[in-house]
Amino acid sequence: MAVKVGIPSALLYYTYYPLWRAFFNEIGVQVITSGRTTKNILDKGVREALADACVPIKIFFGHVMEIKDKVDYLFIPRVVCLNGKTVYCPKFLGLPDMIRHSLSNIPPIIDVRMDTRQGRLSLIKTYLDLGASFGVSRNSALLAYCKARLVLRRYNALLRKGFTPAEAISLLENSKNSEIDPPSETNLRFAVLGYPYAIYDSFISVNLLGKLRKLGVSVLTADTINPFLLAMQNNCHLPKRLFWTFSDIALKAAHFLFAQGRIDGVLHLTAFGCGPDSLLNKLIELESKKHREIPFMTLMIDEQTGDAGMATRLEAFVDMVKRRKEAHLCRS
Amino acid sequence: MPKLTFPRMGESWRTFKMLLEDLGNEVIVPPRPSKRTLDLGVRYSPEFACFPFKILTGSYLEAIEMGADTIVTSGGIGPCRAGEYAMLHHGILADLGHNIKMVVFEPPRLYPFNFIKNVYALNHAHVSIKGIIARIKRAWRKLQALDNTEKLSHIVRPREIYSGTTTRIYRKGLDWIDQAYTTDQIICAETAALEALRSVPQNPEAEILKVGIVGEIYVLLEPASNLEIEENLGNLGIEVERSMFLTGWTRDNTWTETTEGMTVKAAAEPYLPELVGGHGRDSIGNTILCAKRDFDGMIQLAPFTCIPEIVARTILPKVSRDYDIPVLTFFLDEQTGKAGMTTRLEAFADLMRRKKHYQQGRGLLIG
Repeated sequence: MAVKVGIPSALLYYTYYPLWRAFFNEIGVQVITSGRTTKNILDKGVREALADACVPIKIFFGHVMEIKDKVDYLFIPRVVCLNGKTVYCPKFLGLPDMIRHSLSNIPPIIDVRMDTRQGRLSLIKTYLDLGASFGVSRNSALLAYCKARLVLRRYNALLRKGFTPAEAISLLENSKNSEIDPPSETNLRFAVLGYPYAIYDSFISVNLLGKLRKLGVSVLTADTINPFLLAMQNNCHLPKRLFWTFSDIALKAAHFLFAQGRIDGVLHLTAFGCGPDSLLNKLIELESKKHREIPFMTLMIDEQTGDAGMATRLEAFVDMVKRRKEAHLCRS
Repeated sequence: MPKLTFPRMGESWRTFKMLLEDLGNEVIVPPRPSKRTLDLGVRYSPEFACFPFKILTGSYLEAIEMGADTIVTSGGIGPCRAGEYAMLHHGILADLGHNIKMVVFEPPRLYPFNFIKNVYALNHAHVSIKGIIARIKRAWRKLQALDNTEKLSHIVRPREIYSGTTTRIYRKGLDWIDQAYTTDQIICAETAALEALRSVPQNPEAEILKVGIVGEIYVLLEPASNLEIEENLGNLGIEVERSMFLTGWTRDNTWTETTEGMTVKAAAEPYLPELVGGHGRDSIGNTILCAKRDFDGMIQLAPFTCIPEIVARTILPKVSRDYDIPVLTFFLDEQTGKAGMTTRLEAFADLMRRKKHYQQGRGLLIG
């Protein structure tokens, strides 16, 4: 029987799961995920994690609790830096240690360290070592990694077309079944900024994207923008870049979209108590003040967030933007 | 002439004031963080910025009211948020209509040119390089004197017979050091302050508990932000050893790593091998080191939403079990009340005392 590796469906899952899955499958390891976030998973996470942690971390704890008894190993890499410049949130850096030292009865954790600041080839080396720990030769591990990179590229291309990660992953898994159409263009375009693990987790974001689609709004996220255009934003007129990868991307996306001016509204989804967001949110807010024609709203989520409250706020925001647009049309 | 201000952190302002004045600047020392500082800070800061950020926003605004137009502060390279605070403060103050110049000192080991550039920018008296070095050295000696005095006050306070004597003499000692200008005077004032503290009437038979304090640097060093926890503990008969002083931290972060820094890192290795920014790893490493030195307990201080300390706090219960040392954590914010904190500290002190008696074979204390 194949070795089973568990990947909790939270945090970096939304960004790198296709790569990890392809890599593990290629080297003959079975991958098990914890599936969608449910009330049960959230409750487990809230019970196990520290009260002061942010809700995505609590959910991660819940996902780990969900799959810990079904797998031989847990794959919780210590992802430090993947682009040579920005690191991930300190909670990501200490994630394997937090899990290991605060949960009991958990299977061995594979906590390979991914840090490209240590040299260009260090990432490949990490995957080779990972392969070696499962008894796979260097050549086949390298091949598996290359194939996995291709899968990741296709996944990112799908995200850029406007698919959500859940849709993109299911498209990748059974490529013939293309029942899902790319979201159609509508007359309102909103940018939803925030971290992939908050926006795309339909449970914790209280189905934000689904609700917006239902209200007839097409959604842009940082993932739908070409990374090259984001890199062109330089440093957003700031003396220092934001230290954290996701925050850096979100801020650049905000600057890009505000400057481009082809969107009707900007939503920033942030988790209660998120450290990097305290800076990011203020910086986006300061930027939005320079572009008064584009409305900006911050949505805060935590484990108590209710469906109705979120729906009301979104409807009100959409109505406001619609009316404003109509008024503009009448005037011109 | 520009009017400088800088973040206030414990008693260190006395040194920075002297140093900046020596370089020919007019210095405005921000007042001690008060209720008003906090109100201002909370009003204009992001809701989830950590407590130090809010205090600094308030302090800066108060200093600006007093006429300051340049802020000297520290930077950083992450992943702790504090490294970006100068940038955000600048944005917030500009948004409020204050045109403030920021002089941000990055770690000189990594950005030597930034350091030199900033020193030149602040050098209005056109002091020679040799002069600058001599002045920095003198300021450093003063900082050491302040830290040494504070350290001794932590040891004397729990043993004092008449409560309040130590604090009174400590304040007097600080004033002496503050007034000292030349290196000789500083050494003289330090000796006098230490001597005065030692001569506080003490009770040699007092049962003293020893507690280590770890956590985030700002809330450790600024008594206004941690509600004078050290004084509070001292009055409960607890000797405090703080893991961090400004002199130690500066030494670790300017040129090379010290052996103490390396030991802490090595101690934390089995629990947290990664630098999570701020002082997360130090909190774990120091807890282990203190446990090995037979401390009775540890207190972790962290600002609310501090990311590195949340990581540390998640791991600390395991350390506490493995090394059999009680750990109490305070997440501090603008809502923290002194009475609540004192109650928790008293309970913690009782717990440690009982544990100590039990281990000494005196049996459980009843009643």
